[in-house]
Amino acid sequence: MTDASELKRRTAELLAAHPPATTERTDFLRARFDAGLAWVHYPEGLGGLGAPRSLQAVVDAELETAGAPDNDPRRIGIGLGMAAPTILKYGTEEQKQRFLRPLWVGEEVWCQLFSEPGAGSDLAALGTRAVRESGGGWVVNGQKVWTSSAHLARWAILIARTDPDVPKHAGITYFLCDMTDPGVEVRPLRQVTGEAEFNEVFLTDVRIPDSRRLGDVGDGWRVAQTTLMNERVAIGGMRLPREGGMIGPVSKTWRERPELRTHDLHQRLLTLWVDAEVARLTGERLRQQLVAGQPGHEGSGMKLAFARLNQEISGLEVELRGEEGLLYDDWTMRRPELVDFTGRDAGYRYLRSKGNSIEGGTTEVLLNIVAERVLGLPAEPRTDKDVAWKDLAR
Amino acid sequence: MTDLLYSEEEEALRAAVRDLLTDHCDAPGVIARTESDTPHDREAWKALADGMGLAGLLVPESLGGQGASHREVAVVLEELGRSVAPVPYLTSAVVATEALLAFPHSRLRSSGGTPIADDLLTELASGRRVGALAVALNVAPGGAHQAVRHEGGALRGELTGIADAAAADVLLVPADDGGLYAVEADAVTVTPQVSLDQTRPLATVTLDGAPGRRLGDAGPAVRRALRAGAGLLASEQLGLADWTLTETVRYLKERKQFNRPVGGFQALKHRLAQLWLEVVNLRAAARNAADALATGEDVEVAVAVAQAYAARVAVHAAEEALQLHGGIGMTWEHPVHLYLKRAKADSIAYGTAGAHRAALAELVDLQAP
Repeated sequence: MTDASELKRRTAELLAAHPPATTERTDFLRARFDAGLAWVHYPEGLGGLGAPRSLQAVVDAELETAGAPDNDPRRIGIGLGMAAPTILKYGTEEQKQRFLRPLWVGEEVWCQLFSEPGAGSDLAALGTRAVRESGGGWVVNGQKVWTSSAHLARWAILIARTDPDVPKHAGITYFLCDMTDPGVEVRPLRQVTGEAEFNEVFLTDVRIPDSRRLGDVGDGWRVAQTTLMNERVAIGGMRLPREGGMIGPVSKTWRERPELRTHDLHQRLLTLWVDAEVARLTGERLRQQLVAGQPGHEGSGMKLAFARLNQEISGLEVELRGEEGLLYDDWTMRRPELVDFTGRDAGYRYLRSKGNSIEGGTTEVLLNIVAERVLGLPAEPRTDKDVAWKDLAR
Repeated sequence: MTDLLYSEEEEALRAAVRDLLTDHCDAPGVIARTESDTPHDREAWKALADGMGLAGLLVPESLGGQGASHREVAVVLEELGRSVAPVPYLTSAVVATEALLAFPHSRLRSSGGTPIADDLLTELASGRRVGALAVALNVAPGGAHQAVRHEGGALRGELTGIADAAAADVLLVPADDGGLYAVEADAVTVTPQVSLDQTRPLATVTLDGAPGRRLGDAGPAVRRALRAGAGLLASEQLGLADWTLTETVRYLKERKQFNRPVGGFQALKHRLAQLWLEVVNLRAAARNAADALATGEDVEVAVAVAQAYAARVAVHAAEEALQLHGGIGMTWEHPVHLYLKRAKADSIAYGTAGAHRAALAELVDLQAP
């Protein structure tokens, strides 16, 4: 069993063999991966030691103290949070060996080719086609949308339709797609904020060898559940101090700018401050439940709560700013590498947070999920379950 | 860090209280009692207080209590809220008890103590006597309240809006000399007021030269009592909201119209899911307030946050329950009106959400214009 002291010993060994001060960043990260200290809960040989996930904090703390470089996790969030757990669970040995190391080190950025213009909430209705060639490989045609990092990515996790003659969930297959294939075209997708955080991806006769299929043919929907589950965990799992999140900047403005205060805004601000504090406590309670090994249903609600709060708080902040609220910092079309909600002005936050109730599951779909899975209310009538995908209304 | 969960002991306490209330406080019985001469359920009170010792949770063991904390009291109040039980628990075992606890503990100190307060605590802890703080139910912690005149050793005046006064054996009465006095109920006239919430009825207390025993200064004792009352009321409100949501979900799975369960219509599913989110939030806020009262850390903000949030949820849950039950929800026979009336009265009790927001504005430095 690998315990904390064993991990400290191995970390010290790594630091001794590859002193951060004199080791090139990528070399250090590769060595860290090979020492099993990248994600300690992964298996040996794949960057881990099969240790409890909670012990990662021990390694991270030691490395931070030693001034070691990290793998810039925000830049490679989709790879770490979504592609890696799916490859680990469903990948062949060859796939795991080929992809996980450069993914973790950050040499290869990943993106996610799931959503389509015609398949949003109803993702399983997706229409991007993958057709098998005589040689066993696949030819892919279709259009994907809302793809962050596509312009930086070397690889993509992709789901495509391989059998249109069976009901929609049954005819999907999961692939690892080479973004340098000449058939892949990435175009920035400009959004209401003026910038392009996301992309559209057009796939024209993209060739994918069968060795880059993840899981069985027709089993892609099940494989994708692993990816999507990890996405919701990533969106809902943050821990905040009081006045963390969007209530912080507006409270600061209120304190610093007494001339902007009105009685109406005061009541609304206090109400939202209370809502934000209560949501924070709910998140903290959820975290305590997880630690105590009693996972509750509260997680389903966190994303819903934060979407509404972000929208209402930023909306109030625009109004509070009065004449300045009529202005906007910058409409220039840019492609930011990272999304920073607090780095820009209230107008940006107001517009960007509109997406919070759409991305990662719309509020309407999540309310259905709560009603059905938590409260046990009857499911929505399904007219699509036993119909071949090609016969669905579109 | 604040512990927002329930311990195993707290869950066991919940189960015991729920069992007891299932036996004593069924809805038809509670409804029938509201129009009887005895609006309070003496038997349920005896079982809770005498049988289980719950009236003394906040009282130290040296005074005959359980020496437990606000966390356990909060669990009891959740269950009392779930059954809208007409017992003077919040008013006697929490608010009057907290007022008395504000005075120095005479048996541990040779001087400066208040034996009267200690004796009363022992009596209230046993549940054989019921106490009530003679401050109107709507007063927020730190808010202005009425006081009677102290003239020549006797108390004179009229106090209105005193919750559960009809059940009280002893009243804790603030007087115009700044003192808090213990007054026997048989020395005053208690006149029931027709109350919105018949399960926690108000009364007018008239003192016409009543003798009182001075406990000490009223100010800090009343403030402490109302703060604890406000903070723990959130747990009662959680119980109300939890019951109304659970019962509405149950009913809508069963009720059929248009050849299908009404609970399958998306418009209603979304409303119920929304309500569930609110109840989940209220649970975190109520646990936070109870834990803060127990540890003494961050009490004022925790109580103000809980009370600025709880009323909206409890009232919303009860209003949705009535609406989604349709016609049956509008009848006297169905218990949902008990929950609506309690939730609405609770939204005023120990200060409105607005009063607690105003307190927060000072506490967290978000000053008014």
